[in-house]
Amino acid sequence: MEFITQPWAWYVAGPVIALIMFLLFYFGERFGMSSNLETFCSIGGAGKFVDYFKIDWKQNKWNLIFVAGSIVGGFIASYWLSPSDAVMLNPQTVQDLADIGIANAGQTYLPDEIFSIDTMLSIKGFFILLIAGIMVGFGARWAGGCTSGHAIVGLSNLELPSLISVIGFFIGGLVMTWLILPLIF
Amino acid sequence: MKYIKFFIIGILFGIVMSKAEIISWYRIYEMFKFQSFHMYGIIGSAVMLGMISMFFFRKKLVKTFEGNEIHVKPKKLGMYRNLLGGILFGLGWALAGACPGPMFVLVGKGVVSILVVIFGATLGAFLYGLSKDKIPH
Repeated sequence: MEFITQPWAWYVAGPVIALIMFLLFYFGERFGMSSNLETFCSIGGAGKFVDYFKIDWKQNKWNLIFVAGSIVGGFIASYWLSPSDAVMLNPQTVQDLADIGIANAGQTYLPDEIFSIDTMLSIKGFFILLIAGIMVGFGARWAGGCTSGHAIVGLSNLELPSLISVIGFFIGGLVMTWLILPLIF
Repeated sequence: MKYIKFFIIGILFGIVMSKAEIISWYRIYEMFKFQSFHMYGIIGSAVMLGMISMFFFRKKLVKTFEGNEIHVKPKKLGMYRNLLGGILFGLGWALAGACPGPMFVLVGKGVVSILVVIFGATLGAFLYGLSKDKIPH
């Protein structure tokens, strides 16, 4: 049981993700999480405003079911398979985070400075979460995919659009991490 | 009943995302700081094995459970679309510490504030649909 309850190593997680991608292809679909965001828009009636969302969302129903499963999986893993919420970080990472105003890094699964209820209810904290989400949603649909569709499926399929997109993901991620995050907290 | 398989694969996805700490904001931060091999190992090994899967699909050695050939449709190419969209996505990814998959898994973990991020991401997709004819691809 300890094999399950301790954090899983990269060489376990990577192959499991590859298996998930394989199974989705085997069942006639394609791994891609951010297209669900468009499905939400279509279900919510966005087609009334923009033709782009006038799609038959029922063909994406499998993906919504997949999302529902992933929520249940997150619940199972957190409540029954994880005795500790601590994340073992490189001491340098903990120090770097303390320097930019994020204390006690790794003692909990997520930083309170971004995800606690108190932070969410503050004006600044709410807008950080909202703007981060908007950038992810807008960027993913503009680029035509996110980490699953581009970084996993697209790179596996040796696609140039995915390589360019993943380079973009990294430029954006490096700018945020090295230049913008130190100014926020 | 034909959807139950996707529900089960989704559960596996949620478990691996949680147990390998891919949904932890800290793992994304340390990745962009180049201070751990963890995320690179995960994405790298998934892509390596993914390439092998694609080889089997292309050679038609593996078909769908219904016997159809598996064709992986290439994504749309556009320098502005891929690069600028990618950069915007990356900025959000590093700030939220979560991309669209992990966001949902975090709901299962009971993280209430991630709902604001999911709302934002849905709004972002809507704003893209609204402005897509006015931005470069």
